[in-house]
Amino acid sequence: MKFIDEYRDPELGKRLIERIHRHSNNSARLMEFCGGHTVSIFKHGIRQLLPKNIEMLSGPGCPVCVTANADLDKAIALAHLPNVIITSFGDMIRVPGSYSSLQLAKAEGCDIRVVYSAQDSLSIAQDNPDKSVIFIGIGFETTAPTVAATILQAEQEGINNFYVLSLHKLCPPIMKAILDMGEVRLNGIICPGHVSAVIGSYPYQFIPDKYNIACVVSGFEPLDILLCVDMLVDQIETGHYKVEIAYRRGVKPEGNQQALRLMDTVFEVAEADWRGIGVVPESGLRLKKSYQPFDAEAKFEISMKPSREAKGCLCGSILRGINTPLDCKLFGKKCTPEHPVGPCMVSSEGSCATYYHYGDYYGG
Amino acid sequence: MCLAIPAMIKSIDGYQAEADIGGVTRQISIQLTPEAKVGDYILLHTGYSINIIDEAEAEETLRLLKELSEVS
Repeated sequence: MKFIDEYRDPELGKRLIERIHRHSNNSARLMEFCGGHTVSIFKHGIRQLLPKNIEMLSGPGCPVCVTANADLDKAIALAHLPNVIITSFGDMIRVPGSYSSLQLAKAEGCDIRVVYSAQDSLSIAQDNPDKSVIFIGIGFETTAPTVAATILQAEQEGINNFYVLSLHKLCPPIMKAILDMGEVRLNGIICPGHVSAVIGSYPYQFIPDKYNIACVVSGFEPLDILLCVDMLVDQIETGHYKVEIAYRRGVKPEGNQQALRLMDTVFEVAEADWRGIGVVPESGLRLKKSYQPFDAEAKFEISMKPSREAKGCLCGSILRGINTPLDCKLFGKKCTPEHPVGPCMVSSEGSCATYYHYGDYYGG
Repeated sequence: MCLAIPAMIKSIDGYQAEADIGGVTRQISIQLTPEAKVGDYILLHTGYSINIIDEAEAEETLRLLKELSEVS
């Protein structure tokens, strides 16, 4: 496929890896924030090919994984309301909440449908005028504009039985929160490619400025990631920290202004509850007052039991980068992709699922 | 979750467009990239085009990759 195959050339990859080996002397701890990067790094065996002084950590960039149990419980409670159809991206369905999952709720008779796009919810709403259709809005800045566009389309087409439970989260504020927590010392950050396609590269400027950490936005093919690592190594070796883009075909420094405008029309910044991290101010998006008619939280009343975490599950500290899946006693035993205990094993890009599918977790 | 794949715009009707994704055709929305034209490659995420792929930058990155792999 064009714009993919060219960035998988093994010969170029080999020579880039040799270059990184030659250039990298200082120890470098790099974190990839995006789950898509984690998958690509594991799938292509990049960790094993890099020099020993480069350590790679996975961050909290999987929206399914960072959705707090309390928010999942809310989605499940909404599903149990009469005359409601829940629409959701597929990965969310199997994630266990405190007491149940959307999959279990479906087995109990709730009407829960997997959609490819938020927009698909609108045709479901039009086909079911006597039902309320609630879209479970998870995702970062990549996805939030698509949900904003869907809400604006619903408004324009006069669809008044469509609602969104907005659990959207923002990347730069959580990066700041993780750096401020100080649990994990980083030298470089592989910034998310498709979040940056929307927000651009300017919002990361505080990372080199305030924390002296190298920062490069990366694409998702193996050569994209190797180019990104090479650029991070250059910054670390020279001590000149800045924000660079290794994924210029997809990311402009100023981002996608139209997407940002639509997002800003519908949503406002609010606190958000992150699994393993807790409530972080100004790290999420809620619907603005003027779009409250589409806000599931404003429209529906639900009663909830206090949320609780699965015993022994380390998803929270794995998302903060202080543990790896190999530290979890449940990993690969009680918790597998077939029978996940925590969300990082459910999502195709969760750290645990990625280690399980691609990692040599018996040999370390 | 933030997966986006390259797709080529085949036809446009308002904000809706037909896109070719490695041989598969799908209806997509170009509401987030209204300047997209037929023949453009875009990044497709959950049914929406989130950016137009910059072909000149794509070539430049490939050139840079080759250059970096040649110099020591």
